[in-house]
Amino acid sequence: MTERSAQLTGAAIFASLSAEELELVSTAARPVWFGAGERLFVEGTPARGCWLIQDGCVALDLLVPGRGQVVVQTLGRGDVLGWSWLLPPYQWHFGAVALQPTTATELDTDLLRTLADQDPRFGYSLALSLFQACVQRLQATRARLLDLYRSPRDQH
Amino acid sequence: MTSTEHASPVAEPMLPVPYLVAGRAAETHDCATLRLEPAGDSLPPFQPGQFTMLALPGIGEIAISISGDPAGQDGSLTHTIRAVGAVSTALHNAPLGALLGVRGPFGTTWDLPSAAGRDLVIVAGGVGLAPLRPVVLGALAGRGSYRSVCLIAGARTPAEFLFRGELAAWSRRPDIEVELTIDQPAAGWDGQVGFVTEPLARLPVDPARTTAFLCGPEPMLRFAAEVLLRKGVAAGDIRVSLERNMQCGIGLCGHCQFGPILVCRDGPVVSYTLAGPLLTIREL
Repeated sequence: MTERSAQLTGAAIFASLSAEELELVSTAARPVWFGAGERLFVEGTPARGCWLIQDGCVALDLLVPGRGQVVVQTLGRGDVLGWSWLLPPYQWHFGAVALQPTTATELDTDLLRTLADQDPRFGYSLALSLFQACVQRLQATRARLLDLYRSPRDQH
Repeated sequence: MTSTEHASPVAEPMLPVPYLVAGRAAETHDCATLRLEPAGDSLPPFQPGQFTMLALPGIGEIAISISGDPAGQDGSLTHTIRAVGAVSTALHNAPLGALLGVRGPFGTTWDLPSAAGRDLVIVAGGVGLAPLRPVVLGALAGRGSYRSVCLIAGARTPAEFLFRGELAAWSRRPDIEVELTIDQPAAGWDGQVGFVTEPLARLPVDPARTTAFLCGPEPMLRFAAEVLLRKGVAAGDIRVSLERNMQCGIGLCGHCQFGPILVCRDGPVVSYTLAGPLLTIREL
């Protein structure tokens, strides 16, 4: 195992990847750092890049007329940020901004897509890993939609 | 020893003891914390996790968890009350000097001492923070007895967190990790936005050495417990506080029956080993 792939072994999202697959992912990985307030990407722009957050906090936001940039969710240690690069139209659906100094592993998604096209078995494993993270995010969002802390007295 | 402990029985459990409202602090738009002082004799000391039956003459009686500091037991009681129905609204609005009838303390406890030497993960949703406040205070008072202590609290909005002053103070302490998260985006909030399961999923956990304490709406208990179970924490190391319509408080009337248990007597704090299978049964 190389030093680069060793950095990825602790990432829960890649827990199901084999050592060989992890090595492939590591060829697309590089460490990055964002200062507080630094924007990672803007909604509507071409989607390139995927980040495994190691420390810090990143907000997903959206411009809502009259309300400004509204934070819809925050991500932190161990979370994966960015999967719009995987599917057409390859544009960011939300923006992302670091709320705190944030360290992450950035994945070169152009390279990942090329590797996945060349080796569909690897591509399937990679897609499953991202899908698992996506489902967990969806389930948490559904839980929020239930508005569980609402007072029984309140009417919608 | 079970994972949740029964405290000593109360001598006269059906006899309300008069208490006066000696202090009142608004927590949110519909929650207030009342400090009650005995008008005469006081009730026995409480254990974290227990509840009392609070009565207002001519209005009614309901079960309310004790949210006070277990270390400062001078006979007074602290309850945090959300105004929902007729009785809770009347209690919430009770002015200083109002006379209440109090029975208890009743029910099982969080049994914090049995978690000595372990990591504590405390997860609270909404007003579920009230019954867990004694756990946090107890853990901080005996901080050397535990490994890491983490509190994850969720609310709809920043203004709906209970105990905001204490949460801020706890957040500044180096010996407890505090993760606050809100469900609904709010202007001016620079903290986390997401359900409590999200910071919980991010939390590094040593499953064999973790004891978890969960309180909040039942679906939240299930979702949070599922995250912990996925991390390898045993169901027997997850404690949850249940809520049912409690009337007598001592297991006589059966109003709070929840499958094989009576929540007032066998709960409110139970192991997830017991609660988990029951929480998915409709209309139980």
